Amino acid sequence: MNGYGGSVLRVNLSTGKIKKEPLDPRMAKDYFGGRGFASYVLYKEVPAGIDPLGEENKLLLISGPLTGMFAPGAGKATFASKSPATGSYGDSNVGGMIGAEMKYAGYDLIIFEGKAPKPTYLFIDDDKVELRSAEPHWGKGAITCEKALKEELGEDFQIATIGQAGERLIPIACIHHDWGRQAGRTGVGAVMGSKNLKAIAVHGTKSVPVADLKSYRKAYNKMFKFLRESPARKVWVDYGTPGVVEWANEIGAFPTRNFSSGFLKGWEKVSGPTMRKEIVITDKCCFACPTACGKYSHVKTKSREFYVEGPEYETIAMIGSDNGLDDIRDIAYANYLCDEMGLDTISAGNIAAFAIECFNKGIITEKDTGGVSLKFGDSESVFHLIELMGKQEKIGELLSHGVKYASEKLGQGSEKFACHVKGLEISGYEFHRAPAMALAYMTADIGAHHNRAWAITYDIEVGRDKIEGKAERVILLQHIRPLFDIMGACRLQWVEVGLPLDTYPPLFNAITGFDLSWEDMLKTAERVWNLTRCFWVREVPDFGRSWDKPPARFIEEPVTDGPTKGAKMSPKDVEQLLDDYYRLRGWNSNGIPTEDKLKELGLEWVVDDLKKRGRL
Amino acid sequence: MTIKSLQTNDALCTGCHICQLACAMCQFRETNPKKGALRITGKFPSPGRFHIDVCNQCGDCAAACPTEAIYKDNGVYKVNEEKCDYCLLCVDACPYGVIFTHPSMNVIFKCDYCGLCVHYCPTGAIFE
Ligand code: SF4
Ligand code: SF4
Ligand code: SF4
Repeated sequence: MNGYGGSVLRVNLSTGKIKKEPLDPRMAKDYFGGRGFASYVLYKEVPAGIDPLGEENKLLLISGPLTGMFAPGAGKATFASKSPATGSYGDSNVGGMIGAEMKYAGYDLIIFEGKAPKPTYLFIDDDKVELRSAEPHWGKGAITCEKALKEELGEDFQIATIGQAGERLIPIACIHHDWGRQAGRTGVGAVMGSKNLKAIAVHGTKSVPVADLKSYRKAYNKMFKFLRESPARKVWVDYGTPGVVEWANEIGAFPTRNFSSGFLKGWEKVSGPTMRKEIVITDKCCFACPTACGKYSHVKTKSREFYVEGPEYETIAMIGSDNGLDDIRDIAYANYLCDEMGLDTISAGNIAAFAIECFNKGIITEKDTGGVSLKFGDSESVFHLIELMGKQEKIGELLSHGVKYASEKLGQGSEKFACHVKGLEISGYEFHRAPAMALAYMTADIGAHHNRAWAITYDIEVGRDKIEGKAERVILLQHIRPLFDIMGACRLQWVEVGLPLDTYPPLFNAITGFDLSWEDMLKTAERVWNLTRCFWVREVPDFGRSWDKPPARFIEEPVTDGPTKGAKMSPKDVEQLLDDYYRLRGWNSNGIPTEDKLKELGLEWVVDDLKKRGRL
Repeated sequence: MTIKSLQTNDALCTGCHICQLACAMCQFRETNPKKGALRITGKFPSPGRFHIDVCNQCGDCAAACPTEAIYKDNGVYKVNEEKCDYCLLCVDACPYGVIFTHPSMNVIFKCDYCGLCVHYCPTGAIFE
């Protein structure tokens, strides 16, 4: 099949049976790949109401039609499962090489089912596919395990692993790959751990067929030429995502002290240029990317020496600023601790800040922390909290379940400053005065995550207090950006470097042999968005409008300092944003997709299913 | 396009593998970095950088070839596929490990200084 590896690998870990199935061309046509396949396969194959950490959940690893191709940033893969962090639809994107590698081995989708009786890893070398013992690696860190497997199997193998956090089924556990790229969000690492699956090792050597070689070469040459000549590319290669730190502070969007402020005094010490100067040793990128945004760092101080990929902007914001840390080496070390244990730095940072605030308010005390007093701006507090969470010791056991769960147990008003939506911790943009960004977080389909619609630039562009027009832009972005995850390519080439979107359909069509306009492709993205929404409707009995609200902190407590000092969201604006959003989406006023909308998108089968369940 | 020499600077390499994609496209018209005639190796976690191996047309492969399948043409060593017996003596002889094999082929392949990797490398890590 042009543009595809052509096969689906179904791995039943309980029985040890491995089946190779042909990729369904209809699924390819309607969902393309990546999170498109994720939404479809999870809805179809994962029974409603199951325990995300039970045997019935499935873990998917998916590439996309652009992954592995001669296309800029063609290195993205998606991990997906029902999420133990939120209890509903979950996926997480990862860069690096594994998406390309699995396609060269001939696979577009790997479905893990059941649970291995013993620690296991999946070995793939083209057509040779085996389950092998991972007992020597169990209990080891994620990077340590990658290193050991590379030494054993060869450098050419691409490896994904979990750390001890995934083994312990911690709902904020990530999947690690390529020395520091992570599928960080929604607890995919815990699902992997629940299956006793320590690692996936892939090596592939096959060529991927394309429909129209001449148009393909023409299309990618145009794209690479544009990127080669773009001046914006240099900035992203020099500083990577940490280049955003300065701007985020300027506009008061840098989460600080558990989202009580959007400005960090001393931000210069954690900025892109500082990091570059102090710790970065190598620019490192995903497959086929001309815009190496990854920064590989080496830190040597009196007390420690380590290597880490990053920190990325998100880690600097959430582990760093949100905890008041302003030393790039400390942040890098916390990053390293999380990577090795296999914890998502976004959630871990957010939770640590929540814990410190709880400590400041007397909701937790030294009794809970093992005698350590917690302070904002104190790196030892953060290291300690990461250890406690990763090992589930003392208060770390409660915290490791996320701020929603922890605040429900702790009570005493902590729900108001538990910064999450739908149970997923908010990532690195403070939005007291950024309604489009707020709406993006409120409606993101995995819970509060920035990458579905990075709408804050639109707030700045058209006026921060304006409500009108924000929903429309958020919806547009929620189709464009996930479309990149569906195709399996990196969006940075477009968003940050300015590669025109109209360069994509010629490439996509030349590769797949489809004949689609950009509008057609966006329709697929809309189909996927509605399908993931329906997954929530199916899984959560009282799902609806109340699940799309921001935490009380953003409505009740004004920003304490910085450029947005005094700002907060008005309840009226929140409702207005949601009204506009639901109306434009063709959903009812409770945020449930209507029958008409679903039918328009070719989702009749979902209408039938939800009706049968009495949910539509 | 042909080049006179092929130089590398490991410190600039980002591990993107675009050079291999370009090379395979040039040699075989296929999308497959495993059919590129140069190698990128990651050295991680320490020392935390990439290493590039390319052909410098030293001719050690040709000297080792018992069937004269590798011949010199204008300063560049090329492969006469008809003559290649797939004995792999050239693979052992190459000081940089850049004589390549692939499961889909029964002859070796190597760099012929087409220069496409130089053109596509986004960082200047490979240059003439
Ligand atoms: S821009 Fe960054 S994230 Fe995107 S493909 Fe390149 S290295 Fe990976
Ligand atoms: S010069 Fe041409 S043949 Fe040699 S490695 Fe580069 S792309 Fe391949
Ligand atoms: S194209 Fe250049 S930067 Fe990319 S892997 Fe090859 S040598 Fe390294």
